[in-house]
Amino acid sequence: MNWLSQTLASSLGKKLIMALTGLFLILFLTGHLIGNLQLLKDDGGQAFNEYAKFMTTTPIVKILSYLTYISIILHVIYSLILTINNLKSRPIKYAVNRQSENSVWTSRNMGILGTLILIFLVIHLRSFWYEMHFGSIPTIAYEGGGQIKNLYLIVVEAFSHLWYVILYVVSMVALAFHLTHGFQSAFQTLGLRHLKYTPLIKIAGLLFAILVPALFALQPVYLYLKNL
Amino acid sequence: MYFKLKIWRQKSPEDKGGFQFYELDDVSPDMSFLEMIDVLNESLEIKGVEPVHFDHDCREGICGTCSMFINGRPHGPQRGVTTCQLHMRSFNDGDTITIEPWRARSFPVIKDLVVDRSAFDRIIQAGGFVSVSTGGVPDANEIPISTNIANEAMDAASCIGCGACVAACKNASAMLFVAAKISQLALLPQGKIEAASRAENMVVQMDSEGFGTCTNTEACVAECPKEIGLVHIARMNREYFFAKQSSENISLR
Amino acid sequence: MNLDAKIPEGPLVEKWTRHKFNIKLVNPANKRKYDIIVIGTGLAGASAAASLAELGYNIKSFCFQDSPRRAHSIAAQGGINASKNYQNDGDSDYRLFYDTIKGGDYRSREANVYRLAEVSSSIIDQCVAQGVPFAREYGGLLDNRSFGGAQVSRTFYARGQTGQQLLLGAYSAISRQIANSKVQIFPRTEMLDLVLVDGQARGVVVRDLVTGKIESHSSHAVILSTGGYGNVFYLSTNAMASNATAAWRAHKRGALFANPCFTQIHPTCIPVSGEHQSKLTLMSESLRNDGRIWVPKKGIRGLTAKDALRIPEEERDYFLERRYPAFGNLVPRDVASRNAKMVCDEGRGVGATGLAVFLDFADTIQRDGRDVIEQKYGNLFDMYKQITADDPYNVPMMIYPAVHYTMGGLWVDYNLMTNIHGLYALGECNFSDHGANRLGASALMQGLADGYFVIPYTIGDYLANMPYRKISVDHEAFQLAEKHVKDRIENLLNINGNRTVDDFHKELGKIMWDYCGMSRNEEGLKHAKQEVIKLRDEFWKDLKVIGTHEELNMSLEKANRVADFFELGELMIDDALQRSESCGGHFREESQTEEGEALRIDDEFSFVAAWKFTGKDQPEELIKEELIFENVKLTQRSYK
Repeated sequence: MNWLSQTLASSLGKKLIMALTGLFLILFLTGHLIGNLQLLKDDGGQAFNEYAKFMTTTPIVKILSYLTYISIILHVIYSLILTINNLKSRPIKYAVNRQSENSVWTSRNMGILGTLILIFLVIHLRSFWYEMHFGSIPTIAYEGGGQIKNLYLIVVEAFSHLWYVILYVVSMVALAFHLTHGFQSAFQTLGLRHLKYTPLIKIAGLLFAILVPALFALQPVYLYLKNL
Repeated sequence: MYFKLKIWRQKSPEDKGGFQFYELDDVSPDMSFLEMIDVLNESLEIKGVEPVHFDHDCREGICGTCSMFINGRPHGPQRGVTTCQLHMRSFNDGDTITIEPWRARSFPVIKDLVVDRSAFDRIIQAGGFVSVSTGGVPDANEIPISTNIANEAMDAASCIGCGACVAACKNASAMLFVAAKISQLALLPQGKIEAASRAENMVVQMDSEGFGTCTNTEACVAECPKEIGLVHIARMNREYFFAKQSSENISLR
Repeated sequence: MNLDAKIPEGPLVEKWTRHKFNIKLVNPANKRKYDIIVIGTGLAGASAAASLAELGYNIKSFCFQDSPRRAHSIAAQGGINASKNYQNDGDSDYRLFYDTIKGGDYRSREANVYRLAEVSSSIIDQCVAQGVPFAREYGGLLDNRSFGGAQVSRTFYARGQTGQQLLLGAYSAISRQIANSKVQIFPRTEMLDLVLVDGQARGVVVRDLVTGKIESHSSHAVILSTGGYGNVFYLSTNAMASNATAAWRAHKRGALFANPCFTQIHPTCIPVSGEHQSKLTLMSESLRNDGRIWVPKKGIRGLTAKDALRIPEEERDYFLERRYPAFGNLVPRDVASRNAKMVCDEGRGVGATGLAVFLDFADTIQRDGRDVIEQKYGNLFDMYKQITADDPYNVPMMIYPAVHYTMGGLWVDYNLMTNIHGLYALGECNFSDHGANRLGASALMQGLADGYFVIPYTIGDYLANMPYRKISVDHEAFQLAEKHVKDRIENLLNINGNRTVDDFHKELGKIMWDYCGMSRNEEGLKHAKQEVIKLRDEFWKDLKVIGTHEELNMSLEKANRVADFFELGELMIDDALQRSESCGGHFREESQTEEGEALRIDDEFSFVAAWKFTGKDQPEELIKEELIFENVKLTQRSYK
């Protein structure tokens, strides 16, 4: 499989991995968001807890979640490789460089935005994912459901701290900017560019980049205000 | 007009180099940027100072020789023009103008503002051609090509190989240059025959020259004096991925 | 010395076919035993190097640019002629031949020109196969346009960048052979001398422009494809570094220089804006299809394009339409240029310098609408606005003639070999195909014809008789030539005077333009010769070149080239002086009709003037090659 490793090691191959993992993470965000919207239901957390159980026990979801972990890890590793390589490509910097005249800020700062998102991700996973999998969460019983973990309780507790809510909102802003460039950029990297469809992709990307992080951010704000 | 000039001076590839400051008065707004440097150089030579070395030749925006990074942008503040077509009326009286060479690992400085762009030639040698020898070709009209394909190929073919794309890119990536050639020949029926090996070989050469990797900032497109579009990079990517999964080339290259 | 052009026997249309059959071939297996040096990588050089390498010869290719892709062929805008007759409008090899001979004012060889027309179609086939994106019609077939007043549409084009696209085609072909190791490429390397061994061209001495190292290269034959010498005039449409050094050093080694006074002045260039001007920008001649050329009837000092709008119709002089009712603004280049000069000399020129005439699109824009004009000339209008800050959609353009092309060059025979055995000259570097004036869209055709389809045949005829043995660069001839080159560079650096190269070059250019430009007379030429000699002496006494020779030193490069321009300029004047007729681009004021038109004198001047170098500060010897016309009847041009 020389040809395959060679392909993936080439500049275009590395870009391909960034694009594919990025697009998969976009799909993941969509799924994650739909699940999280259960938090907004006024049912004391039942829908959310059932959703959380479904997510941690269904085999197909398990496979998807492993794919998600792999995507995150590859996306991070390859971005590091590319960034280091790209820095080496210009050992002496310009004294004056007016990049703002030829490109938008987000497109040049995907690394910084990505790092913020990664830091957020670590905190986020520690708070909920780790607790759900390895922590000792109180259980709750619903009709016909037996005892299931009451993640809702943990979530509500976490979002009762203002600093934690602010952290989430700021991180979602970073995610939004990351997506404004990343969404359409992934299509460009895959070579999917067309006079007719690229404008649609760009609009869809922009809507996605605003809507999805906004809805994510809404939840901690909503819970914080609700339990004030 | 009066200008303060801050120009990168470097005696040789080994020299560390640094900025020198010059002042220039009585500059006519009708002068081209290079003519302004000519005037500076005349005055330097009279004073016994070595003139500023810079690449230039046709001075009508087509040979791709001129290459200056002016006030933070390749070929200066105007879009769609080369340095030789930039005129001093694009600047304000009293401006300080910073002039640097193209900066990229693959474009080492030879002297002052002169850089070595032979990496581009080596990329073309890796496959930027149609393998036909002189003679024995079909009649020109035996290969009909629709006008929109011919036009798009021409858009790509108009690349002058100046290197502004590399200079502008925050990653010093050469993908717009490489894509222009891959795209031109992939569009045309004459070039389709060896499109796969061309894409594979040119990308390998591009990588081995030490250029960075495209992150789709689109700075190259904004600074390209011939305004070559991103659509060609997309086509290169398609050509390359298609070549990689379909060609029977399984060796390391 | 008797000049034999080696024109094959037989009827005109069969000469090339017969010749190809009669000349000797080199066995395919033996071709790899021969080394050929090609100087220059323009259309002629790159196409020759690639084609010869494909045949199996070992090629060393040199260019002073940083890449072979940057040679000045790249700047040609308009197009390339070929007698394809795709438009069904009556074109043929014979018609292209006839137009070229006539356009050259009957000062070129019939056999060479016919061959040029004959191979023209193959050039288009070759370029299309390489992927040159020529303009096409909606059906997918190639588009043609009529160019330079031709009666048929035979010009193929790729937007306004035909030269670029053809050169990139040839560059791709040479790149393929570099990858193939059949061509060794030496960019940023300039030829400074030709080396002869036993009277044969056996190599060159070059300078690596980056390190300054002087090196010799040996070969079995040497091909010069180094372009023209228009930069003698300082201001021209040539690239800044275009020069005559390779050709001139060959001349000093014995190669004859033919018709040096035949220079073409292009009528539609953007006028000089001031003392600082470094080069002139050409705008495509096609502008004259729709623009009307005029100056005010009474001279107005410093008339701007904006003020021109206020001049009423009856106070305008559309001088070309007035003098040449049949052709109007579409008269040939030399006629249009000369008339512009005349009205400016009368004090009716416009613009700040008074050296410009208007080219006005107002009527056409009114008739056809702005969209039509934008579609046809949009990029030219943009370029004009970029350079002058005037918008030609609203105000008239200003144009003035500028030196564009040199028809003269090294004398070559039918095989494109100079009188030195084994030394060939291709493209603009030779004199052979354009006579006294070149037709539009024919320069690209000639460069590629020579490189793709002539030299690959004719060089075999010479090499077939050559022993394989290579000559070492330790040979005395190389050592002497190297020493000669080094001494000269030392001399230039040691003058340590007060004036820069550009300063001298500008002054030389002005003398040449004033006295040996669009219009020439005996008195002026004699005066100019004295001036050039005086200036040349001063050059060698008062030149200032900073830096050393062991590094990139662009002033030194320039000084080396300008030194040759002085000598060549003098020869141009000598040639202009001896040719006391008017023909093509050469207008002698003493030889004109009563109406002030050029008057050719066929009885006395139907010859190629080939000049032989006889020694430093010695007058050059004129050798005449009679031109014999068996197929065309000589007529005086008339555009009335």
